[in-house]
Amino acid sequence: MMVERGGWRVRTIRLWLPLGVYMIFTLFPFYWMAVTSVKPNSELYNRKIMPLLVYHPTFKHYVDLLTETNFMVWTWNTLLVSAISTAISLVFGVMLAYPLARMRFAGSALIAFGVAATYLVPQPLLFIPLADIIYSLGLNDTLTSVILTYPTLLIPFCAWLLMGYFRSVPHELEDAARIDGATRLQTMFKVFLPLCTPGFISAGIFAFTLAQNEFLYALIFLTQTDVRTVPVGAIAELVKGDVFYWGQLMAAALLGSVPVAIIYSFFVEHYVAGLTAGAVKQ
Amino acid sequence: MIIPPVLFLLLLVGYPFVYGIWLSLEDRPVAHAGKFVGLANFIADFHDPVFWQVVQNTFVYTFFATVLKMVGGLGLALVMNQDFRFKNTIRAMMLLPFIVPTVLSTIAWMWLLDPAFAPVNWFLRWSGIANPGPSWLGNPRLAMMSLIIVNVWRGLPFYGITLMAGLQTISPELYEAATIDGASTWDRFVYVTLPLLKPVIFIVTMFSVIFTFADFQLVYVLTRGGPANATHLFATYAFDVAMGGGQLGMGASIALAMLPPLALIIIAMSLYMKPHKS
Repeated sequence: MMVERGGWRVRTIRLWLPLGVYMIFTLFPFYWMAVTSVKPNSELYNRKIMPLLVYHPTFKHYVDLLTETNFMVWTWNTLLVSAISTAISLVFGVMLAYPLARMRFAGSALIAFGVAATYLVPQPLLFIPLADIIYSLGLNDTLTSVILTYPTLLIPFCAWLLMGYFRSVPHELEDAARIDGATRLQTMFKVFLPLCTPGFISAGIFAFTLAQNEFLYALIFLTQTDVRTVPVGAIAELVKGDVFYWGQLMAAALLGSVPVAIIYSFFVEHYVAGLTAGAVKQ
Repeated sequence: MIIPPVLFLLLLVGYPFVYGIWLSLEDRPVAHAGKFVGLANFIADFHDPVFWQVVQNTFVYTFFATVLKMVGGLGLALVMNQDFRFKNTIRAMMLLPFIVPTVLSTIAWMWLLDPAFAPVNWFLRWSGIANPGPSWLGNPRLAMMSLIIVNVWRGLPFYGITLMAGLQTISPELYEAATIDGASTWDRFVYVTLPLLKPVIFIVTMFSVIFTFADFQLVYVLTRGGPANATHLFATYAFDVAMGGGQLGMGASIALAMLPPLALIIIAMSLYMKPHKS
């Protein structure tokens, strides 16, 4: 639409200049992370030198992070918890979304409303009672505590996204399968769900990044180093009293972002579809 | 089929919600039995100057962060909605702040704002604007401003990319028709783009208001509510009282104080999002 004549001058003012400003603002913190993580301490804590460059790059902080802290354990915990809670949420999401999208039954409007409302309830409203419940069940300092609670954040989202997706799939194929004598369940598993693979990828990627990002429940439920996730481990153990190990912290920030960033880069389109679902009706 | 997930959510969202209301009516030190005290916790909140400071902080934080994200995000969407090379790669990179775990990127911001060794103050010293340069997280006003900037940094891609998706649904024919009728670029923006984008802007903003209002991570990492409670929000203050001070009942009452303004938005949005019969 905006292909307008006017040459490079107009294009610079309308496109490249503002885009450049946005990109510097967006990406600068990542550059700062990267450059800090390879600086020797003598450069890190020297007020005299220009902080944006590194003169004698070193991987010492990475080596220290991987050998002297439990970073590997935290990474494993984070991936495990995210993967399991995403899987649970997808299954439960389908169990909610399929009936809501394809069947008529009493109370369906109420459940749909409940799902949307649950999605919008922010965690800080629930963390105190949940902490009390988890502690009284003796689940604190187990990964079970977060595997149980993360799906409460992810299911409503998955269900809601899948519901929209399910509705966009035409009925005809299922009708044909039913006429050929397939049962409702057969139709669902053999015909309907395979058609919805892109929807599952969108919901799964989005749920996975949400789970990786979760902090509040992990902070409250996980107080032992061997069950911590990356965000909690970094905050609780790489900051000792008032001493910040900035080199290690930045190395941890970068490495902790890598798994999400890699998965995300393969599925950007699906992620964007998940992000904009609901707000934009196709 | 629908029963297991509904039960699961009732058990782990519905029950804690009701239990939270019950807790807020109790005097409940951690690891002790609770005692029913009625509305005493809420009355104590009402007389607590820190509570009112928290209310004010939360509204200031939410208002400025939301306005900046909305305006900045709309700008980003308009810029990105042009044709240029590497558009998809650039769009993917612009989304990074939103997908990278917030705690980790916030730690990077904390280090970026470090008064002694970070580029911000180095630049101020180098250019002679200020020496030694301000303590970005140590001064009440600057700390709130820093929090808002980091929140905008994280939330901007969500606005930008969603609004851009909204822009793409607007038919080019409408712009052509408007141009033929003599509309300027500004006219087209005000009379075509904005009205058609209104539903998307509404949804995105409501979303963002809910999660900005109830923000926890940014404040916990950057300032822990300090200096002198100047940046405490509902969530971090409730956390301090409940987890730090061990007063579960008081903490629950502070968290629940978020509910009235949030409930209005949540109910309005849930009704709006309910799939329309067609």
